[in-house]
Amino acid sequence: MKRFEYARAGSPSDAVRRFRPGTMYLGGGTNLVDLMRLGVAEPDLLVDVSRLPLDVIEPVGDRLRVGAAVRNTDLAADPLVRTHYPMLARAVLAGASGQVRNMATVAGNLLQRTRCAYFQDVSRPCNKRRPGSGCPAIEGDHGNLAVLGASGACVATHPSDMAVALAALDAEVHVTGPGGDRIIPMPGLHRLPGEEPERDTVLEPGDLITAVELPASPPGASAYRKVRERASFAFALVSIAASLDVGSDGVVSDCRIALGSVAHVPWRAERAERLLIGGPATGAAFLEAAEAELDQARPLPRNAYKLPLARNLIVATLEELAP
Amino acid sequence: MDITLKVNGTPHAVDVDPRMSLLDLLRERLGLIGAKKGCDHGQCGACTVLIDGRRANACLALAVAVDGSEVTTVEGLAEGDDLHPLQAAFIEHDAFQCGYCTPGQLCSAVAMLGEPGPSAVTGDLALDPELTPEEIRERMSGNLCRCGAYVNIVKAIAEAAL
Amino acid sequence: MNRVEGRVKVTGLATYAAEYPVEAVAYAYPVQSLVAKGRIAGVHDAAAREMPGVLAVLSCEDPPRLAEDADAELALFQSRDVAYRGQIVAAVVAGTYENARAAAAAVRVEYDPDDHDVALRSGHPGFYRPDVVNPDYPADTVKGDVEAGLDVAAASVDVTYSTPVLHNNPMEPHAALAVWDPEGRLLVYDSTQGTSPDRDTIARTLGLPREDVRVVSRHVGGGFGSKGSTRPHAVLAALAARAAGRPVKVALTRHQMFDVTGYRTPTIQRLRLGADAGGRLTAVEHVAYEQSSTLIEFAEQTATPARVMYATPALRTAHRLVRLDVATPSWMRAPGECPGMYALESAMDELACALGMDPVELRVVNDADAEPEGGLPFSSRNLVMCLREGARRFGWRHRDPEPGVRREGEWLVGTGVAASTYPARRRPASAFAFVRDGDYVIQVAAADIGTGARTALVRIAADALGVPPGQVHVELGDSDLPEAPVAGGSMGTASWGSAVVRACEELKRGDGKEGRADTTGEVGNDARLARHAFGAQFAEVRVSSVTGEIRVPRLLGVFAAGRIVDPELARSQFIGGMTMGLGMALMEETLTDEEFGGFLRRDLAQYHVPACADVPHVEAVWLDEQDGELNPMGSKGIGEIGIVGTAAAIGNAVHHATGHRLRDLPMTPVKILSRF
Repeated sequence: MKRFEYARAGSPSDAVRRFRPGTMYLGGGTNLVDLMRLGVAEPDLLVDVSRLPLDVIEPVGDRLRVGAAVRNTDLAADPLVRTHYPMLARAVLAGASGQVRNMATVAGNLLQRTRCAYFQDVSRPCNKRRPGSGCPAIEGDHGNLAVLGASGACVATHPSDMAVALAALDAEVHVTGPGGDRIIPMPGLHRLPGEEPERDTVLEPGDLITAVELPASPPGASAYRKVRERASFAFALVSIAASLDVGSDGVVSDCRIALGSVAHVPWRAERAERLLIGGPATGAAFLEAAEAELDQARPLPRNAYKLPLARNLIVATLEELAP
Repeated sequence: MDITLKVNGTPHAVDVDPRMSLLDLLRERLGLIGAKKGCDHGQCGACTVLIDGRRANACLALAVAVDGSEVTTVEGLAEGDDLHPLQAAFIEHDAFQCGYCTPGQLCSAVAMLGEPGPSAVTGDLALDPELTPEEIRERMSGNLCRCGAYVNIVKAIAEAAL
Repeated sequence: MNRVEGRVKVTGLATYAAEYPVEAVAYAYPVQSLVAKGRIAGVHDAAAREMPGVLAVLSCEDPPRLAEDADAELALFQSRDVAYRGQIVAAVVAGTYENARAAAAAVRVEYDPDDHDVALRSGHPGFYRPDVVNPDYPADTVKGDVEAGLDVAAASVDVTYSTPVLHNNPMEPHAALAVWDPEGRLLVYDSTQGTSPDRDTIARTLGLPREDVRVVSRHVGGGFGSKGSTRPHAVLAALAARAAGRPVKVALTRHQMFDVTGYRTPTIQRLRLGADAGGRLTAVEHVAYEQSSTLIEFAEQTATPARVMYATPALRTAHRLVRLDVATPSWMRAPGECPGMYALESAMDELACALGMDPVELRVVNDADAEPEGGLPFSSRNLVMCLREGARRFGWRHRDPEPGVRREGEWLVGTGVAASTYPARRRPASAFAFVRDGDYVIQVAAADIGTGARTALVRIAADALGVPPGQVHVELGDSDLPEAPVAGGSMGTASWGSAVVRACEELKRGDGKEGRADTTGEVGNDARLARHAFGAQFAEVRVSSVTGEIRVPRLLGVFAAGRIVDPELARSQFIGGMTMGLGMALMEETLTDEEFGGFLRRDLAQYHVPACADVPHVEAVWLDEQDGELNPMGSKGIGEIGIVGTAAAIGNAVHHATGHRLRDLPMTPVKILSRF
């Protein structure tokens, strides 16, 4: 690990003020310390924001504001989250381990980096880690990498479960930074790799996430389901966050679908949603919508399984949610 | 950097390299070898300790970042010669073989028994679930045991939880 | 009786190799090769030497002196040639771990790389027949006419299975702490499965008389074979401590363990089986293809269980090896038997399906009354009883053999069976028993890597002495104790226990104060018999038709392993092996990086071993087996047989659940989905 300076921020604005090139914000550290030890992250200055008073979950009208430093455990255990946003609670609980969830923060979870084997190994090329060095995953180990929205420069996936639920819930990410405060709607925080895979998100240097705000929960039933060969403590092969509301006439009035571990972003299945809303809540409709969504996929030889998997998940989850 | 922390009730003031993990501080500086280094990346749970009462991977915590915290390691679980009920149950159920994951399993279990809320296998999120074997297995899955003592670990925890 | 070291293990006081308090300790951190094949053109370490706290840099630029005949994996810095990616090519010693690691990252090694070949594949032109396979079996055997046997068969199968690179991944990473005394004697606290052989190897590598080396290893955080032979970290610690003039600790990272502490070779195995209408085998052929490094020939004995398992008039077994630009494979729990029985027992299930016969009955009708290959009589063989008892306990008679027809919601349900076997050997050992303060002390350089050796030896000695176990104290894990073989090959308890019993008998026969034993003569006089433990494993699986996820709600193993010395320890060993077998079946796999060489997924987030949630119900029971041809305890080893057959039982259950036969481990959702 490269030497660095450590400072503890007294406030969000103090954190931003301390920011200079080479600075990274330290939340729970569960991914950043991991990456620093691997030499993947090499900050000169760590500004610790984990103890800022951003650890509160509070209702704001019919919305819920979740502080950026709220630990994953506390988010999932919060009575309001459990009652009104069960999809989010389940997504958080599906991730990592009890220990890691105790340490990891909401902002850190959003900003965690891909678990692509090449990205994590500084002795091998990776366009995300070292722009222009190449992407060996495309010819090599891409078994758990992206099938949607990838580029010739990068096929990494975003590994978060929580972010998938937040994408489905139309959450808003509150950011403060050198350029002032702004709000970024989910999905939209994360970006597709394109020719700049080193940029995971739309955040600018010095930006600090202060909160995530959840609009009123979508109507109908919701679910989060994660597929993995180990029954726990494993990243998803594919995951889904979905909600479905069907009127008494049998017509879909609201539907949200987001997929995890299929793209560089938590993938909101907008095409499928558009097809479903206003149509019948039948297995055939679910299948048609899933296939339309996955039509955009460009799988590689060893991750093509994600297409039937995602299709099955969408159909099975919606069938379960349908009345 | 100078930090202070309390470990198993004993205050320590130490000057640490900012790169040093809490785990290395415990093991290499404070002589507390109970917390184990199995992966150094939060992937095995052998380093699990309690930081301010919550279980955490000591390998992922920078020592400077836990300045002012209270840390409990496996060495702090027993009251003198009296083993913690979980420690006794682990012995009674042969819930370990090589023993290397054991301190992490124990710290994890101690904290887990006090953790509120649902888990990934909880049916109804609105209710705090009963601690069934299935719940124990899910909640303890952050602690790998390569010797394969899981079924005994679950029995030991279930018994101690009564 | 609980484990005698239970209390120190649950209180965190048990001391593992890297944990001995030593004054002024320094830390060494290895630098690993970035090419899979080539020559080191230069090691540029000036920047590293300038970094804070750096005490020394070791590399081939200034090679430390080692014995010329040192094992090629241990001959650190002696050659400029690189044999695999990840090989240790330099190391930095510094006063703190953080400084050593940071400086190691600053060492720049320049290579003249060559094209590498790292992938085991069918039809590789480099395959050859080794002279012997481990430990000393003939590579090939032939009995009868396999082709003729297949010709007359009423049903036959010709199937190929493959298994991936597997890593032992004990929870304690390999570590050593080396301390030189002013007289040039070396003390190494090492994570090893045998202090005597480790001491011998370290001494030989360093060119020291073995009297000048002591290895201490009181607690070992698992090994599963990977600590069965001396690893480079131990030699590095000794060299670094000499260079730095201070005690030096080397604790490998989890990533480094994947590169330099051994692994199970991947295998490709072709099985051809034929049987008559009654299910009696007419031919068995098992050919195993596997890899080794360019440094050392390590030939896993994968096809050897076919020489033991089933009666057949025609039997051919063969091993073919290819030497690749990879690290040398090594021992991993039940080397040979584990991958070999996966293939053989899967093929037996396929044969049962082809015959329309119950797979338990197929195994029963082919039970052998003498070793099928050599004709040696068995000292005891209770495979059939294990199958019968397992079938009874598992509820096998209610099983509908039709595959792919049981469904609970999205879940397809099935059950499967496979047999287990593992050789019951022993090796010479020595022990010393004496009286201290009215209690009995047993000294033997045994190792307790989690098997419960201390506890088992207390029981054995107490039985031999006729005293309560509380009066017996066992000292082990130190090469200064009476010489003993490694904890491996399921031979530990049999070997050490024999010596302990004889030492106790000697004590009782003599003055009642002390007794010594060396079983070299006794073991050398063991009758020529086929000695094997047997077992039967039953698995229930649930396979999601939506996701391809496989869960194993139930595993049952029934074993016949001689007299069980300690029921609680034995049960833990069996279920531990079965749990590891579940990992092999469903998730464990290290990928070889064909582009850059070396391995990918070198951590525990990517190399999945089973977690608690994967293992709801594993049960192990055993038969009361009497066998007077083994050792004074009448015991067979139990450390390895638990993993033998588990993967096949699960795979056979997956077939029963889904109707699909996966012949390539691990059986992941990816592979299941491709069949739906």
